[in-house]
Amino acid sequence: MIAIVDYKAGNLTSVARALDHLGHRCEITDRAERIRAADRVIIPGVGAAGATMENLIALELIDVLRDEVARAGKLFLGICIGIQVLLDRSVEDHADCLGIIPGEVVRFPASVDGRPLKVPQIGWNRVRQSRAHPMFAGVPDNSHFYFVNSYYPVPADSAITIATSDYGVTFTAAIARDNVIATQFHLEKSGTAGLRMLDNFCRLKV
Amino acid sequence: MLAKRIIPCLDVRDGKVTKGVQFLENVDVGDPVAMARYYYEQGADEIVFYDITASNERRGIMIEVVRAVAREIFIPFSVGGGLRTLDDMRAVLLAGAEKVSIDSGAVRNPAIIAEGARAFGSQCMVLSMQVRRGAPSERFPSGCEVVIDGGRTPTGRDALGWAREGERLGAGELCINSIDRDGTKAGYDLDVTRLISESVAIPVIASGGAGEPKHLYEAFTAGAADAAIVASIVHYGEHPIPDLKRYLRGRGVEVRDAAGMERSAK
Repeated sequence: MIAIVDYKAGNLTSVARALDHLGHRCEITDRAERIRAADRVIIPGVGAAGATMENLIALELIDVLRDEVARAGKLFLGICIGIQVLLDRSVEDHADCLGIIPGEVVRFPASVDGRPLKVPQIGWNRVRQSRAHPMFAGVPDNSHFYFVNSYYPVPADSAITIATSDYGVTFTAAIARDNVIATQFHLEKSGTAGLRMLDNFCRLKV
Repeated sequence: MLAKRIIPCLDVRDGKVTKGVQFLENVDVGDPVAMARYYYEQGADEIVFYDITASNERRGIMIEVVRAVAREIFIPFSVGGGLRTLDDMRAVLLAGAEKVSIDSGAVRNPAIIAEGARAFGSQCMVLSMQVRRGAPSERFPSGCEVVIDGGRTPTGRDALGWAREGERLGAGELCINSIDRDGTKAGYDLDVTRLISESVAIPVIASGGAGEPKHLYEAFTAGAADAAIVASIVHYGEHPIPDLKRYLRGRGVEVRDAAGMERSAK
């Protein structure tokens, strides 16, 4: 069973619907024991880093996430805000995050070469696969994925970046380190390419 | 760089697609779910539904439509028409829409933009504005006035002024719908679209007037639009979305290549 962490925000149901469509069993839950019982965990979503962390703290889910993802090595997928909360901290709300992946989350610049940059980035952007990974099985390099973000992750170890994208700057669009996978783009809203990556995650073996 | 988005628009009344659409391959054109799936497979980058149901008692039907659409398509879609309160918006978003589009309701009560942005995030809030061109004046420096109720009611607001206020209040995107061009197939109002797009820091969607592929090219270049709404140009099957994208790509416009992959997934 795949646990989708319900942190009282975001579009949890759209990820659940995509998994249903792919034929994978999932459960939206805010209970630690369900996360412990799951064989895979997903933090999806739309939201702000500060509010997301506050909700995870209020729901007493911080410890279980660190235990299961960082120590026990359970397969984990973070989507959008779910990639950002993995790092140490975010400039958004000056939030302290989970610290499972060393690094921080920064904001897109307001302008590039004197030209204003529209922030948030809303729309379809190309994702360049910077290294091979089973998450990309069947997904052509440079496919478009749907992004909605004002902030992006900067992992301390650039070797865990598996894909980048360009929006004013070149930024990390996806990371993978052992059991921890995360994407800044919305797999559940990215058409067939996104569904394929979700399906790939559900079939990954540690 | 972001791809320019092509967004088919479907008008829905009492749960059925109404005007504009006659026949598309073997799809039931009255069924919004079948239509959404058809455009999804064609490579639409997003879909917008306008609920034009007149009676309040029948509004629940649209929520059922949204729920069914969300099970079938895996790209963003928005819902507009008749959304006045936070509860109206919440119902649509919980049913599976990615965004809500607010129009007349926001003119009558601008605070709803800020309340919606606070509750759901700016990325959910599309401020759609109907604009009518007149002579530029002190009152209407953009040359366009915002109108509501399908163009029947002038508001005394300048299009650019309202766009800026909408952005300030927290709208995540602006849809500029030219009442003069709507249904004419004469092309988008490029001047007001460019003026607004270059004056705000959020994406701008051109709407009203697309009749030929070159109109989309113009919207994305001269009009500086980030996305374009299409209706009759795609609804009659004359210019399928893959053809529009091929045309745009051939002229150097970045568009998402999806159609092949959506079909091969079946």
